[in-house]
Amino acid sequence: MKRHKVAAALALSLAVLVAGSAIAAMKMIPMQDIKTGFIYIGPVGDGGYTYMHDQGRTYMHEQNPDLPKSVIVENVPEGPDAARVTETLVRRGANVIFGNSFGYMDFMLDVAKRYPDVYFMHCSGYKTAPNMGTYFGRMYQPRYLSGIVAGAMTKSNILGYVAAQPIPEVIRGINAFTLGARSVNPNVTVKVIWLFSWFDPGKEKEAAKALIDAGADVIGMHADSGAAPQACEEAGVYVIGYNNDMSQFAPTKHLTAPIWNWGAVYDYTVKQVSQGVWQPDQIWWGLKENMVGLAPFSEAVPKSLVETVESRKKAIVSGEWDVFWGPIWDQNGELKVKDNEKMSDGEMLGMDWFVQGVEASIPK
Amino acid sequence: MEILIPILAAAVRSGTPILYATLGEIITEKSGVMNLGLEGLMLLGALSGFAVTSATGSPWLGVAAAFVVGAFFSLFHAIVCVSLGGNQVVSGLALTMLGTGVTAILGRNYVGQLISGFSRIPVPFLSDIPVIGPIFFNHDPLVYLSYGLVLFLCWFLWRTKSGLNLRAVGDNPRAADSLGLSVVAIRYVYTMIGGGIVAIGGAYLSVSYSHMWTEGMSAGRGWIAVALVIFAIWNPARAAFGSYLFGGVEACQLRIQAAGTNISAPILLMLPYILTITVLLVISIRKGKGILFGAPASLGTPFYREER
Repeated sequence: MKRHKVAAALALSLAVLVAGSAIAAMKMIPMQDIKTGFIYIGPVGDGGYTYMHDQGRTYMHEQNPDLPKSVIVENVPEGPDAARVTETLVRRGANVIFGNSFGYMDFMLDVAKRYPDVYFMHCSGYKTAPNMGTYFGRMYQPRYLSGIVAGAMTKSNILGYVAAQPIPEVIRGINAFTLGARSVNPNVTVKVIWLFSWFDPGKEKEAAKALIDAGADVIGMHADSGAAPQACEEAGVYVIGYNNDMSQFAPTKHLTAPIWNWGAVYDYTVKQVSQGVWQPDQIWWGLKENMVGLAPFSEAVPKSLVETVESRKKAIVSGEWDVFWGPIWDQNGELKVKDNEKMSDGEMLGMDWFVQGVEASIPK
Repeated sequence: MEILIPILAAAVRSGTPILYATLGEIITEKSGVMNLGLEGLMLLGALSGFAVTSATGSPWLGVAAAFVVGAFFSLFHAIVCVSLGGNQVVSGLALTMLGTGVTAILGRNYVGQLISGFSRIPVPFLSDIPVIGPIFFNHDPLVYLSYGLVLFLCWFLWRTKSGLNLRAVGDNPRAADSLGLSVVAIRYVYTMIGGGIVAIGGAYLSVSYSHMWTEGMSAGRGWIAVALVIFAIWNPARAAFGSYLFGGVEACQLRIQAAGTNISAPILLMLPYILTITVLLVISIRKGKGILFGAPASLGTPFYREER
């Protein structure tokens, strides 16, 4: 009889243990034992996307002096190589791994399943695992603010937009930019050129020139090099950069730029891990969390305009208003978002239509 | 006409790097050597041109460096193909891979940097001619140099003794040899000169066109040039026409998008390749009937002096 009791107690405690471990967050790692690994799509010296991620990594180290040195791997293509690199990082002792490109998603997920004790964070994806979360930013918020600047500064009422790939992220940016511009200048139209490439300086430059020839006098962009701002400087046309302050490419014509501040999420993640409270969340932060922002305004932007932008920014940060709140009409004049309605995150993430004022089509 | 002028000017701008690569390859192929390493040579030219311009501040020195580097790497191709009689296709592809890899490693520190490079210099008087002026004479010096190169090559290939020797070596090396020409020396020289000119096309991309270096920035232009050599039927003047046509399609598709029409951009982007396939078809059909056009008869075949 006694023996049965012991066995029952053992089984019970085992069941509690199993259930407990399934619910509890992952094992806490003290800050001085966290080894972060970063997988980058481009070179750190690209002056754009990957450069800003690396700035975020530097920020993470500044905020957490106890954190040991991180390991980075640059120029990792989106393909099976990503799995190999991730695996190598784990074997070299990394226990918190960040991957900064969408195409790493399935490969990171595979590795994550094999190493349940290692933390994985994947940028811009939508798949998670108990030990893999995602992170991205509400870039549409600063894009809207930069649109206000563009809409107020244009004389021809034609804005140009050099756009990389026809995917929801880019479409969302174009829509936010257009909504911002039309909020201060309802006569504005936005012309868009698709590059079908993230990085082709020659083409980015030609596209900017083509937009200028078509009458655009302020150019916005969603591409990774500084070639478009360069073309604008040469042609004497205002430009709004992207990723980081691109004024070095257009010293007199760069107005501002929607920029990334990845440091916010990197700092947050290592702190969560060191406190043992990390969860496989899908982080989508905006202006409020300082994940995205605006580069300093150039002197060409009048004070009153800066104030308009700042007050809009305040409304977004406080949560009393956001970019894709109704009423919003699409290109054909159809009411897409009714007054007092808000687009959900899911709807925003799958956006495949242009708002009123965009003069372009989305290749299907 | 008002709308067409910027498109045609853009066609010249984006056609120039392809033109250099095509002209270089025409010279090499005229001597009977096929070099499929254009993509690698262009990247080597782009990086060396950028690096030297960045170090010295002189874009002309950058172009000179690109030529030297292009000629140097083509020397290996010549050793393999001319002296050792190796497979020209394989050696050319190896050159492309070598160029892509070497520039990716050595170019790392240059990514994101800016150089002053060439800027636009309108030609006095000529740029004032209506229509022609803004299309052809409102560019940077490397574009003007390419005009000169086209004219020079047309004259050189068909109006000089050296040009005749070059064509003889490419068409019938045995006959050329019996006339006392050194087939090996001529093939070496023109493979290297051709490679150097291809590399200038790459330097145009970094020093003139974008003023920056990025990995893989030739973006397939070398392969377009390989096709254009056939499109141009080994004629420098037709190469210019073909290059501007290819450049024009790209300029057009960007502007058609800017105009806000509903024509699908990917279909436009396909156009040059459809044209190339059509020309290849026509040439192949005609070749079957014994019409050779300007193709060097011994293209791709190694020459051994003692062999019968």
